[in-house]
Amino acid sequence: MSTHLVSMTVNGIERHARVEPRKTLADFLRDDCRLTGTHLGCEHGVCGACTVMIDGRATRSCLVFAVQTEGGRVTTVEGLAPDGELNPVQAAFEAEHGLQCGFCTPGFVVSATALLERNPSPTDDEIREGLSGNLCRCTGYQGILRAVHRAAQSMGARQS
Amino acid sequence: MSAITTRKAGRFIGQSVARKEDRRLLTGHGLYVDDVSLPGMLHAAFLRSDVARGTITRLDVDAARALDGVVAVYTWSDLHGTFGEAWHTMLGEELQVPPPLAIGDVRHVGEPIALVVAESRYLAEDAIELIEVDIDAGRAVVDFNTAAADTTNIVHQAWGLTSNAMVEVPFTPLSPDLDEVFANAAHVVECTVEQNRYLCVPMEARGILASWTPGRDEMDIVASCQGVHETRIFFSRYLQIPESSIRVSARDVGGGFGQKMFVFREECAVVLASRMLGRPVKWVEDRRENLLAASHSRNETGRVRLAIDADLTISAITVDHVADVGAYPPCPAIIDPMLLPGPYKIPRLGFSMAMVWTNTMGKGAYRGPWMFETTAREMAIDHAARTLGIDAVELRRRNLLAASDLPFTSPGGNLFKEITPLETLEHALTMLDYDAFRREQVQARAEGRLLGLGVCAYVEPTSMGVQSLASEGATVRVETSGKVMAFLGTTSHGQSIETTMAQVVADTLGVEYDDVTVVQAETQSTPYGPGTGGSRTAVIAGGAAREATLAVRDKVLAVAAHAMEAAVDDLDIDGGSVFVRGTPVKSMTMAEVAKAAYRNAHLLPPEVGSGLEATVRFRPNTFPTWSNATHLCVVEIDRASCIARVVRYIVSEDCGPMINPTVVDGQISGGVVQGIGGVLLEDFVYDGDGNPLTTTFVDYLLPTTTEIPVVEIGHVVTESSTNPGGFKGMGEGGAIGAHAAVANAVGDALAHLGINVLKTPLGPNDIHRLLVEAGAD
Ligand code: FES
Ligand code: FES
Repeated sequence: MSTHLVSMTVNGIERHARVEPRKTLADFLRDDCRLTGTHLGCEHGVCGACTVMIDGRATRSCLVFAVQTEGGRVTTVEGLAPDGELNPVQAAFEAEHGLQCGFCTPGFVVSATALLERNPSPTDDEIREGLSGNLCRCTGYQGILRAVHRAAQSMGARQS
Repeated sequence: MSAITTRKAGRFIGQSVARKEDRRLLTGHGLYVDDVSLPGMLHAAFLRSDVARGTITRLDVDAARALDGVVAVYTWSDLHGTFGEAWHTMLGEELQVPPPLAIGDVRHVGEPIALVVAESRYLAEDAIELIEVDIDAGRAVVDFNTAAADTTNIVHQAWGLTSNAMVEVPFTPLSPDLDEVFANAAHVVECTVEQNRYLCVPMEARGILASWTPGRDEMDIVASCQGVHETRIFFSRYLQIPESSIRVSARDVGGGFGQKMFVFREECAVVLASRMLGRPVKWVEDRRENLLAASHSRNETGRVRLAIDADLTISAITVDHVADVGAYPPCPAIIDPMLLPGPYKIPRLGFSMAMVWTNTMGKGAYRGPWMFETTAREMAIDHAARTLGIDAVELRRRNLLAASDLPFTSPGGNLFKEITPLETLEHALTMLDYDAFRREQVQARAEGRLLGLGVCAYVEPTSMGVQSLASEGATVRVETSGKVMAFLGTTSHGQSIETTMAQVVADTLGVEYDDVTVVQAETQSTPYGPGTGGSRTAVIAGGAAREATLAVRDKVLAVAAHAMEAAVDDLDIDGGSVFVRGTPVKSMTMAEVAKAAYRNAHLLPPEVGSGLEATVRFRPNTFPTWSNATHLCVVEIDRASCIARVVRYIVSEDCGPMINPTVVDGQISGGVVQGIGGVLLEDFVYDGDGNPLTTTFVDYLLPTTTEIPVVEIGHVVTESSTNPGGFKGMGEGGAIGAHAAVANAVGDALAHLGINVLKTPLGPNDIHRLLVEAGAD
């Protein structure tokens, strides 16, 4: 199969690779960039485990081909805490037991980070709605919802 | 709900300390099987049957083999004769894992027929498309309620069998006067409870990376599993090589819930392929495969009879229990009729049971594998209350065991002590404000709203003494630096074992939580463990960790006593130092003790042993360790959409002293939401020909943030005497209690319309049908 050169910025680093047109962004990130924090839970666009930000928007990387992201700016879960310090959402997940097995966690953390960037003080309903595209099988979502409330509060407090 | 606190010197058990697992998982640095890559690694994909029952008449893999990038294509004839026995220690020799690939016929949709190994998963899937297979389809056996009586269509005809019953136990009264009691009872209530098929669905599907090194003749396995040691011994038998030639690890596992407790046939095929090719082969299934061909669960029916006296005492209970085990059940042993009376003072019991083969995916363990006994009983009790026109809560109050009734031996021979069924019921009712709820319900009904309360009380046999499950091992070592490592035989897949067991070790030794590291899920450094499942970690692994730590503590004290010229009895350890009680200035850090024990070992007198290490196997003094809980669920059904919404969910439970309350609450909530899903959303459906209709997340619906309530959890704490920590297991309870609680809530919401809910699922279509049938739509 023919390959195409694709270039994009991933977590602030320029990446170039030759990929088949059918290669998903998720596989590009995992295989070509060796960024395995982006997980695949369904590969059909429902579970949200593969969520990354493309140009600031939360996107399911299993539904996007790498070649479609040409020139894009991608942030994965590994890019949220570049200097080792957890971002407010990650810190809140730790504080509120928002994860058990951790498999869904990268997707939730990226989705919640994007949600709070868009809407810094969401209501409970807005949080539930905003995260309804991410599945978790371990936590029953209790700690996740508490974590996003906590992150919103801590980010609000930091800004004021 | 308890807040997380960070380090607090001294006492860690009972604190919600921050989890050791979180940082790597939150930053994308977990290491799940698909995250591991090896040089020269190949990728596997399976061709699966799309016919439920039939004979393979043609299988042509030539075109697939010829595709660029394909390294091998295997069918049964290639694997035949390349492996040995295929059984698990816990399940015994009788239950062999089926052959890695279909031999000459297929017995369920999804059965693996051929294995392609290629340079990438993309290419392996391309090659699958090129395989030509013809199957002469036969009539599939799909309905397990009629399968046992079917003598024409036999699932395992090729084995020479003439019946679809895997196990059949005729009705067995465990009380001699059972018939008499039913004949003379003031009320006999009978109903058939039907539970739908739903599945574990870990968010990480199954996966294995097998790597055979020719010359060294060693097999390295990374697996998404619940037990590395059982995986190793399984493959030792299977490959006919010593355990010492196999290493298995599972650094991070994305959930299991019972599904990953045993080795699957696909994993066998991948391991064989790696040995034949002498290269690493990885198989990570996709979601369709996981829904279709990883174990299925629930799907059971029970006809329950209750004999009830005039004063509402339940004097006998019976069940005729039928379970669908599919074609090749990875773990069918799930019926325990002795649990049917549960936490009630019911003195008489009788049962029959059948496990029935069908042309569907086989049954495996799922969180509370014997939960149907609870589901059947609790739904039957609600049915009885409705039939008799009394309050279901009142009926339970009359019959539940209270702490003051203990010890109590159930008619099934279970000895209960240290449980609190009535106490948790009352506690949960207080949390709800029961009387206020009933007033609100009256009001709601007057307004035409459908509001209902469901109750479920249960006992959970945790830490069962089932053969290999009875014990766990631990090695604890103060390292040369003075830091502590604990090596456990467990395989955590979300249970926070690296955290909770570190809490136990830190407290028992008297060191900081941050100074303890738990190593597990790795065969080469840890003692044998049967796998993480069965609500056993706190009690059995916790017992092992504690006993091993105590033995190390004795060694620390002996070395320190010598170095400090003090008597052992005068010493204590806290905050990581050994000190003379009452003279805190005279002390040694753990690093100093380690120096004395290792670096200056030549100075130790003969009576003080070298090293600061101990290995212990622990077994509770009694089996099982009972825990219990009462669940309350309030639902409101929207009349227009027929969607039942959980408005409140309350759990009052007794798992004894908690090592980490936040972790306990997390386990409960996770289980509860799986039960809510199983009743209101999830349902794995086959059509009449055995074709699965729900193999994506678009059809098989998992609960999301928009469907779940806040789970309110209360604790009644009674210590268990089976283990030194007084702990009880609790990992499965949430899922055990939720099914009946949710179904009963829907039942209560509809009862005044003359609707009798005895069957799940209860999705909008099901509720709509019930309303139409009752003429209430
Ligand atoms: S893997 Fe992309 S949504 Fe599930
Ligand atoms: S933490 Fe396991 S799936 Fe969410």
